[in-house]
Amino acid sequence: MKVALFVTCLADSYYPRTAIAVVKLLEHFGCEVTFAQEQTCCGQPMFNTGYRDDTRELAKRMIGIFEDAKYVVTPSGSCAAMVREQYPELFEGDHAYEHAAKDLADKTYEFIEFLTKVLKVDFKSLGIHWDGKATYHYSCHLRGIGVAGGGQEVVDVIEQIDGLDYVPLEKSEQCCGFGGTFAMKYPQISGSMVADKVQCIEKTKAPYVISNDAGCTMNISGSCQRQGTEKQFISLAEILAEGLGLLEKDHV
Amino acid sequence: MSKPTALTLEGHEILFPALPYDINQRAAAATQDSELQNFVNSATLLRDQTRRDQCEATFGEDYDKMRTLAGQIKQHTLDHLDYYLEQFIDAAEAAGTTVHFAVDAVEANKICLDIAKRENVKLCVKSKSMVTEETNLVSDMEDAGIEAIETDLGEFILQLDHDAPSHLVTPMIHKNRESVGRAFERELGVPYTDDPQTLTQIAREHLRDKYQQAEMGVSGGNFMLADSGSLVICTNEGNGRLCTSVPRIHVAFVGIEKLIPGRAWLPMYLKLLSRSAIGSPITVYNHVMTGPKKTDDADGPEQMHIILVDNGRTEVLKPETREMLRCIRCGACLNACPVYRKIGGHSYGSVYSGPIGAILTPVLKGLANYKDLPYVSSLCGACYEACPVKINIPKYLVKLREELIGGHFDKLIDRIFFKVWTMSLKFPWTYRLGGWASARGLRARAKLAGTLKPGDRFTARGWVSHVPGPAAGWTAKRDLATPPAKGFRTWWDEHQKDKGGN
Repeated sequence: MKVALFVTCLADSYYPRTAIAVVKLLEHFGCEVTFAQEQTCCGQPMFNTGYRDDTRELAKRMIGIFEDAKYVVTPSGSCAAMVREQYPELFEGDHAYEHAAKDLADKTYEFIEFLTKVLKVDFKSLGIHWDGKATYHYSCHLRGIGVAGGGQEVVDVIEQIDGLDYVPLEKSEQCCGFGGTFAMKYPQISGSMVADKVQCIEKTKAPYVISNDAGCTMNISGSCQRQGTEKQFISLAEILAEGLGLLEKDHV
Repeated sequence: MSKPTALTLEGHEILFPALPYDINQRAAAATQDSELQNFVNSATLLRDQTRRDQCEATFGEDYDKMRTLAGQIKQHTLDHLDYYLEQFIDAAEAAGTTVHFAVDAVEANKICLDIAKRENVKLCVKSKSMVTEETNLVSDMEDAGIEAIETDLGEFILQLDHDAPSHLVTPMIHKNRESVGRAFERELGVPYTDDPQTLTQIAREHLRDKYQQAEMGVSGGNFMLADSGSLVICTNEGNGRLCTSVPRIHVAFVGIEKLIPGRAWLPMYLKLLSRSAIGSPITVYNHVMTGPKKTDDADGPEQMHIILVDNGRTEVLKPETREMLRCIRCGACLNACPVYRKIGGHSYGSVYSGPIGAILTPVLKGLANYKDLPYVSSLCGACYEACPVKINIPKYLVKLREELIGGHFDKLIDRIFFKVWTMSLKFPWTYRLGGWASARGLRARAKLAGTLKPGDRFTARGWVSHVPGPAAGWTAKRDLATPPAKGFRTWWDEHQKDKGGN
């Protein structure tokens, strides 16, 4: 099965290990991974701020780049939701792009979703082993791909990993306060939201935080760093890759 | 169409601040207010959880279908509002109700005050109504020499303490027991207590006589049934029943969007409203009122008036924003909202707060007056998930942002920043150059600060505690991670070589 990787700009430069894990896992499950070098950003920051024309320009690029792909897989619920929810709406009534936008939306998957829904990976039978106590941060934009508040679908995967001591996070459905430019425009509000999140994380006493969206990770880990809270942030892709021996467990 | 402004409505500075409104001051203060955080946070969390539990228990997998249907019926009614309004007015008048139409807040209050003067009203008891908050009715009545008393316990307390509601359903969510006790002591002359039961008892005793003496009762309306001309109000304290049946005259202030086609659909909305609002299987008192007291009725008012209030709603009715008028004022989006939990209702500087207020207020009262509201959201989508009539609030937040950008309300520096950013993302080489330069810059800063960690080139990073420019807001509250030494593309190239070598 041929899979086109949409790496996202944040994973590309800030969290490459997540993207590496994604490629290794997809190849492990028998997929042929392609990576289009021309890809940059899906335009979500522009879209969320209200710069619709700028967004459309970037969306047109994305649509062209992935035109021939059968599946597009991305390690971000947020970017997947952008393509799936917003692209069709951005080109509604635009005959040149309407169909192609819908097509890209239909074939784009968030990574964990792709494993469960398309590859139908039976995690239990794989004997994935990963030692550690971890909590899971639900990223809000998973709502955009049909995963309701709290993210039970993702927790179901986590709970099938042998050796992983999962501790549920209080107020798991509550946003961490990232919200793109929101975090910069309203630091007081966003800051108090992320402080709340860090408090909930501290309560779990888990040294690891599983966070699958780079935006949330930057926000929460940045707040932990500021407050002197020692936590290791790791994506579920990295845990799965480590658990299958595809990546060395040496997270820094 | 005329719109109410702070100039025409005096009084409540809280809900009617000077315009244009800047949210930053109130919101920043609210985030520092640990008491407010405690009350609002815990109350909204609890409500949000009970809503989920109740909806899950009652509707199970059908919950989503029910929300879709409830949204569609409201939308249908709004799409044919002229038809249903006419049907409603005919039926209501046939039942003996006098129907009035008010284009704005001033006119709505004038209609009510004219009735009061004509009927020589000295005392008016009021049940909870957000529309009368919009029109600032109590203040106008007091100015006209009429004593107007809020009878909803929360609103009663707010009136005593010269405060304003901060939540659609739980108006005094921001208040603590001590301040209530002090207000009772000061305004009612009773000994200080902060025991909720005693306070409630005092309020009940105080109000009981007022119901008997009042010539006029004012209510809002949760629904209007077009086919029968009935008004439906839902309350949990029974005060609504007393306000609308004991006094001689009943005047209801209702937004024109509260129509549903008929009684057949009411049970569905009642089920959704009670669960979404307070997580209870049913609202305690649901009144369906069709006209004033008939000759063989045991009780009821001699006169029933319904004031259909526009006050900006026909502006919202335009196709691009019509969906916002589906709102049944359950407050579920407020309870679900992580921003509301942090800043409380008063920060929004308007009668309607929380996510629904953030989209409704700018359309009702002018986008230029409330430029912040569409942006004060992380677009997390919890509101949309909670809404029983499926108003896509995040979508409208973004649409209003687009409208602000289209109207050049953004700062020039922001516009240029986004233009340049977009340009750089249009070519792989500029994207890579930009990524390389920012990574280098950040890593140099981290190195200087001594936070750059040695280690794996794809994971070891550093931290920056202050950056200038547009990202300064970020480092105001948290550190900024630097990228690791090498990005994904380096690994990918090596990976391809490795594979080629095999």
